[in-house]
Parts: sequence; C-alpha cells; structure tokens
Amino acid sequence: MKRMENILKCSDLKVKFGGHTIFDGLSFEVKRDDTLAVVGPNGSGKTVLFRCLLGLIPFEGKVEWAPDVKIGYVPQKLSVPGDIPLTVREFLRFKETNDEKIGTVMSKVGFKAKAKHRHHDLRVLNTRLGKLSGGEMQRVLMAYALMDGPNVLLLDEPTAGVDIAGEKTFYALFEDLKANTDLTIIFISHDVEVVEKYADSVLKIIHEHHHVH
Amino acid sequence: MSTNLLFLLLIGALVGAASGYLGSFMVLKRMSLVGDALSHVALPGIAIALTFGINPMLGALLALVIATFGIWYLAEHSEIYPEALVGVFFTASLSLGLLLTPEPELLEALFGNIDKIAPADGLMVIVGVVITFIATTLISKKLLLGVVSEDLAKSQKIDVSKINLVYLLLVALVVALGVKFLGTLLTGAMVIIPAVTAKNIAKNIKTFHLFSILFGVLSSAIGILIAKYFGISSGPAVVLTAVVFFIASYFFRK
Repeated sequence: MKRMENILKCSDLKVKFGGHTIFDGLSFEVKRDDTLAVVGPNGSGKTVLFRCLLGLIPFEGKVEWAPDVKIGYVPQKLSVPGDIPLTVREFLRFKETNDEKIGTVMSKVGFKAKAKHRHHDLRVLNTRLGKLSGGEMQRVLMAYALMDGPNVLLLDEPTAGVDIAGEKTFYALFEDLKANTDLTIIFISHDVEVVEKYADSVLKIIHEHHHVH
Repeated sequence: MSTNLLFLLLIGALVGAASGYLGSFMVLKRMSLVGDALSHVALPGIAIALTFGINPMLGALLALVIATFGIWYLAEHSEIYPEALVGVFFTASLSLGLLLTPEPELLEALFGNIDKIAPADGLMVIVGVVITFIATTLISKKLLLGVVSEDLAKSQKIDVSKINLVYLLLVALVVALGVKFLGTLLTGAMVIIPAVTAKNIAKNIKTFHLFSILFGVLSSAIGILIAKYFGISSGPAVVLTAVVFFIASYFFRK
C-alpha cells in the first residue's frame, strides 16, 4: 500500500525570471519509492524545478511534500577551488560527527577502507574537497546527502563532467540504492540510456506543455 | 619589560588573534578586499568621535556598523557587484574622513599609535575579542558550507544571507578594535595577511584557522616590539612583520 502513496505533489507551478517565464502550469506527482527522471532541453528549467522543490527560489503554485519527507540533495557539478583547505572528512562532519558513521556511508558510496572497521584509514577523507576527481566529488556529495538518512534523493545531473569510469561506479551505486533502499529518487539527466534503464517514470519539461509518462 | 608594554602586547595579540580567525573565513569567501575597504570606513567615524570628544573606537565602530548594513543591504537587493559597492564605500568614506579629521590627529588615525591606548580601550578589546571568537565559532560551520555551495546550505535551511550579515558585523567589530594601534589604512591588512599566510601551509580547515590565529598573534606582538624599540609607528611595523611571515610561508606552501 505504501507504494501507492504520494511523497510529492506539485500543482500549477510557475516560475518567472525578469519577465521571462521558465515554465507555467507544471503539475506532477511522485510516489514513494519511485525513481523519476526529469528530462528536457537546455534552458527548459530542470534545475529551476529542483530549486522550487527545495524552496530556494520564489514560485507560484504549490509544492506539497509528505510530512515525513527528508531530502538529500546532490547539486550539479560543484566546483570547489583546490586551494580551499577543507578536507572531505571536515565537509562530511558538517552533518555527522561520528567517524564510524562517516566511514559506513563512505563505503556505501564505494570508498572502501583496506581493513574492515578501519574507516578512519580511508585516504580520501584527508583529501581536499577541491582536489577530488569529478566522479569522486559526486560520490562524496552523495555520501553527504545520505549521511542523515533521507527518504528522498534529488540528483541534479549527477554525472555531468564525470569520466566514463566514474560514471560506471556512480550508476552501480544508483542501482544499488534503487534495489536495496526505500529511497524516492528524482534525478535530472540528458542521457536517454540512463533514463530508460533507471527511471520508473519520466517528467519531460518542454515549453508550453509538460507531461509525465 | 614594563607593565605598559605587556598590556600593549596583550591587546595587540588579542586583536591579531581575532583578525586572523575572522580573516580565515574572508579569504575562503574570496572577500579579502572587503576587510580592507571596511577599515577605511572607520575614518569618518573616528573624525566625528574626535570632534565630539568621545572614544574614537566607538566612533569607528558606529561608522563600520552603518557601512556594513549598507553594503550587505545593497549586495542582497541590487544587481551591483559587492566589489563595486566596496570600491564606492571605500573611496567615499576615505575622502569624507580626510576632510573631517582634525589635522594633528590625522596621521595617528591613518597609521595607528599604540601610545594612545588607554585601559578603557583594553577592556573594550578583551570584551570584543571574546564576542568575536564565540560568535564566529557558532556560525563557522554554516559559513563554510555557504562557501562550498550556497544551494547546499540553503537546502539545509541555513539563512545564508543572515549568516553573511552576522559575519560582516563581526569583521566591523574587529576592525574597530584594531584602528587605534594599526590605523584605518592598515587594520584591514591584519584580516587578510595572516589568513593568506596560513592558507599557504595549512593541511586542513582546523590547522588553517589555528595558523591564521597564530600568525595574527605573532605579527602583532613582534610588530609592537619593533615599533617600541625603534620608536616607529605600530601599524606599519605590525603589517610588515605579517608580510615577512607571508613571504616565508610561500616557500613552505602545500
């Protein structure tokens, strides 16, 4: 029965930037445990939609999340300058101060320590955030999003700027989350293959009309 | 060592520590020039305080707080880049300050004079530095997350704009505490130089903050001793000491 419940309902969303309408009359629902892909041409407002869902920008219409919602957000291509001395461990500690827990989540996103229960040995934890490769950065952001046990994940083009090997690791993780957790995942993607393979439903944003199928 | 010199070293070290700590965030936020520009805003405040016979530190603080609200408001509500705003505020207040400051006090106001620091100033510095350290530590996580990604911070319900305002007000406070011994032209330097020195050699954020504080303290203390020994202005002596540390750190950078 739980699967039938909506975790998100958006009605008649409208966003304007300086007199320019990004989208108008956008309505859709997302069921619990569902994986929804948001697709559309560049500039159609996919990221803007995420910003509405997160309450970061003003909009008209309604965004209704279920009362128990806890969102983990993975922003698009975060560029942190390499000279900022913030390490991965220090970044993750913004959310979780227990190193044991940090190690567990990091191994969930594919950073394995050499010996079991030796999570503090993870070399990546002492690396500066700005020195990570594109793929590593996405997985660290994923770990950050998963750290406090969310029930919804918002992924904004999670593999943009990531090399092929990194992309493969990332989607293996994606598949694992989809199969082994109750997470509702909403992700933006340009990759038709990825959308076909992982999405249960697709929200296509086109100017004038938008539809879920 | 006389009691007076010990007192001056203590006050200098405290201002150096607070400037270093706050500066470490400013460097990360790519706002180095804000501290510099803010320090010039202190000048008209000092001038007005001198005219009315009140403590110049309070006059400086008042002018700085008004300017901080102004810069913050315009940065949040207009399309002008903060950098451009800072440029306008800086030149306008420097001009106004130069016109208003009585001639005999002008040089002191610009470059600082430790001999004019009274016990009451010392008390203000101690209280101000304690406030700065407590408040900065409380907002540090939110400030840093805002540096990494504003969207990520906002998605965690952090009011980035409010945190920025609190931070700028703390910078205003520290600049006001420093104007008497560093002068309005040079106080801003102490917010920037110890922090960029620390950034050269720090391994992580924790050591970055600690080194910033340490270089702030050392530059102030050594600079004051040099100023006393050679009978020169304290502001340039402290800032040049900080610059020597910066050059040295360049050869050990990570």
